[in-house]
Amino acid sequence: MRYLLLIYNNEIANGQQTPAEMEAEMAAYNAFGEAAAKAGVLQGGEALQPTSTATTVSVRNGKTITTDGPFAETKEQLGGYYIVDCANLDEAIQWGAKIPGATKGLIEVRPIWDFSQG
Amino acid sequence: MSESAKVVEQIFRAESGRVLGALISTLDDFDLAEDALQETLIAALERWPLDGIPLNPAAWVTTVARRKAIDRLRRVKIGARKQALLVELLRTEQTDEEPDVDAHPFPDERLKLIFTCCHPALALEAQIALTLRTLGGLTTEEIAHAFLVPVPTMAQRLTRAKNKIREAGIPYQVPPVAVIPERLDAVLKALYLIFNEGYAASRGEDLIRQALCAEAIRLTRVLIDLMAHEPGLCEDAEALGLLALMLLHDARRMARVDAQGELILLDEQDRSLWMQPEIEEGIALLDRALLLRRPGPYQMQAAISALHAQAAQPEATDWPQIAALYAALARLTPSPVIELNRAVALGMAHGPLYGLMILDQRQLEDELGDYHLFHAARADLLRRAGWFHEAKASYAQALTLCQNRAEQTFLHRRLIECTEAAIQH
Repeated sequence: MRYLLLIYNNEIANGQQTPAEMEAEMAAYNAFGEAAAKAGVLQGGEALQPTSTATTVSVRNGKTITTDGPFAETKEQLGGYYIVDCANLDEAIQWGAKIPGATKGLIEVRPIWDFSQG
Repeated sequence: MSESAKVVEQIFRAESGRVLGALISTLDDFDLAEDALQETLIAALERWPLDGIPLNPAAWVTTVARRKAIDRLRRVKIGARKQALLVELLRTEQTDEEPDVDAHPFPDERLKLIFTCCHPALALEAQIALTLRTLGGLTTEEIAHAFLVPVPTMAQRLTRAKNKIREAGIPYQVPPVAVIPERLDAVLKALYLIFNEGYAASRGEDLIRQALCAEAIRLTRVLIDLMAHEPGLCEDAEALGLLALMLLHDARRMARVDAQGELILLDEQDRSLWMQPEIEEGIALLDRALLLRRPGPYQMQAAISALHAQAAQPEATDWPQIAALYAALARLTPSPVIELNRAVALGMAHGPLYGLMILDQRQLEDELGDYHLFHAARADLLRRAGWFHEAKASYAQALTLCQNRAEQTFLHRRLIECTEAAIQH
């Protein structure tokens, strides 16, 4: 089964990191990516720009409405994601727990809909 | 319902956990397993009264239910995954009419079922409902009744839980040894809450609550037994502690309530009604747990319960030891309710003022101000200190918050006693 691991972190705290801390975090993420790739579970993943760069768009009655910022203001913001292919939820949870951001923020583990299965 | 139908239903209920455990293991589908079991019940209601009860009912039910599942899979349009399952089922299925119960191995898969039902990815209330439904064989109506929620609400809770198991890929397996401690915590917590719901009777006064206690005890026994036989797993001190705790509490069942259904407090109970075999088993289990040298909150609570159980009269209770155990418990799992219990124990060990000193901390009052037992405990300490006016006010406060009829009657009686004493003083 494929799972989306959504990484939620506090952007403000992240922004206050020293260069050394940022470097250490990058190294930790790289190590995670390598481990997940080596195990054959990693299918993709990206880091996102902060929510200050986000734009929300919707269409109502044919009219496009564009607003500044993310859809919801929360304490933790979506900062990145991985896609992993695992045998089951327990395995996905184990990988989620290994993401460096799990120790400071939270990881949401969401199964990806598989339309080919009945 | 006829006598024979009752017998059939009793057998189905008793075997439900084992049968569903095996069926879900083969079918990998809770709903399909439950539907097949339901159809098998109908078949058994027709055939058993005529053919007699099979020698191994659980194996008969499992074998017939497998066939019912195959029929169901054949009837409906199914996707690729189910197709593969059907092919596999047909490959292993025998063709003769009479189910040959020895043809299929019938391993006990309940440990998988327990860990799946109590998976921390499910909401706690869903874990409890699912455990009672699948392992306990309780009907949705009974579970709804026990937890005082409308039947459709409970049915929806169960459906959502089963959907999540399927859609999120919660595995049907005994977790790897490395994560057993945290996963076992979740299982023990669900079993503890099932017992508590039956024991505490926080709302209403139903008989089904006794069934919850019995079920929690039975399932904890099953868990301990299965873990002992599972390769790689060993006896868990907290699981033993939890079973000891349940038994030691359950042992007081007959003494807790009088003929009118009124709750009788510990120091007013007729201790000859305490069930000695349960107490002895509880203490033996606790000793076994303590030998493993892995202390935990259930063992500590069981130890407190054991000290109560070992006192022939209330005066013989080792209150200083109980207060020390509550202090240790509070260090392990800090909670205002444990602090409340420590205050009561200290009040008994050294005098009511020691208890009041703890209860009158502002923070505790803030946290427990809406809890009737906080005011009831405070009232009791005040009464024993001879401050009847203040005790009266606290009993009145407890009464406005208490929802259980038996406790209300008790609090009301104490309120009247204090009112009379206040007039005399």
